[in-house]
Amino acid sequence: MAKSLTQEFVKGLWDEVPPFRLVLGLCPVLAVTKSVENGIGMGVATTFVLVGSNVLVSVLRKLIPSKVRIACFIVIIATFVTVVELVMQAFAYPLFLKLGIFIPLIVVNCIVLGRAEAFASKNGVFRSLLDALGIGVGFTLSLMALAAVRELLGTGMLTIWVTPIQIFGPSFQPFSFMVEAPGAFMALGLMLCLMNLVGKK
Amino acid sequence: MREMIKMVVVLTILSFFSGGVLAYLRNSTQERIDNQVLEFVKGPAVRTIFEGAGNNPIADRFTIEDGEVERTFFVGVFDGEPRGIAFETSGKGYGGDVGLMVGINVKDNNMMGAGVTTHAETPGMGAKAKSDPSFISQFKDLGLEEPFKVTADGGSINAISGATITSRAVSAAATDAIEIYQKLKPQIDEKLMSFKK
Repeated sequence: MAKSLTQEFVKGLWDEVPPFRLVLGLCPVLAVTKSVENGIGMGVATTFVLVGSNVLVSVLRKLIPSKVRIACFIVIIATFVTVVELVMQAFAYPLFLKLGIFIPLIVVNCIVLGRAEAFASKNGVFRSLLDALGIGVGFTLSLMALAAVRELLGTGMLTIWVTPIQIFGPSFQPFSFMVEAPGAFMALGLMLCLMNLVGKK
Repeated sequence: MREMIKMVVVLTILSFFSGGVLAYLRNSTQERIDNQVLEFVKGPAVRTIFEGAGNNPIADRFTIEDGEVERTFFVGVFDGEPRGIAFETSGKGYGGDVGLMVGINVKDNNMMGAGVTTHAETPGMGAKAKSDPSFISQFKDLGLEEPFKVTADGGSINAISGATITSRAVSAAATDAIEIYQKLKPQIDEKLMSFKK
């Protein structure tokens, strides 16, 4: 059954939101969500790559021979990732220092390749664009939500852009393990649980 | 057979375009990226060393070929006179190379200061070389005659407790810097002339 164009976009925000519903691309999700700022940066970078690669794959879908399609997709994705990397180095170097290796690793993020393979190679350009935007925005929002929980509990502060904002008063004892790796798993697990509870019919 | 050729052609064309786009982008962002790296990685150390300088030490810099490596020197101008230079060397630390920005007062021939730029030392131990100024400030105003050594090796630098290897790495990097400075002094003096105001 064909979906309407709006549904194509909206599905990425809830029904197929990558880290929580599809449980894909967890490596950056766990690693960079130490602060909201990092989450936004990673989300925007991934969204850009997703939109670029989805549109280009969709445009070229008739030309790419099916036997080498994965290789072609990876070339396209890697190009966009390198573009993001260079632009981020040139214009947001401190953010690049924080995200570090996770920017080049977008190449192997299975959300990006997954959308190219499962959606863009079978659908038109406009639909692929909407699909990429939906998934990208959903990914960014989930990173922000997870990062907000972790940063708030772990440090008592929220960093939306560059300067941290103190949310809890000085008497708050931060759970500093929330900003360490185990806290990422805990927060993700609780988030999944919450989303399943809400989505239960 | 035809399919085979198509595969090769498509992949070649795709890679060709990808390479072209990236090469163009790299060329056009190279200068900006270099400046950003200087500003955010080396900038903080250079600015601390040249505190109170009348110029922007990140912008006033020159390079000298030293054998196969090209070294970048930052210039600190005090009272209209280019009195300080700073450049980076490195020493072997516990977690890899420790980069050290070393500032030398060319007029008095002594250390102007030093600052750790990049490192992968243990947080709370070796990482104090960067975060705790009390260790690195020991290098300030020392003479250049003797190599720097930690007290355990018979020198005068008090090592960070629990991080002797890091302290040795920093001392070795500073000692290296002096050797390089003495080797390149004629060229440095020549280049510094142009920064006189």
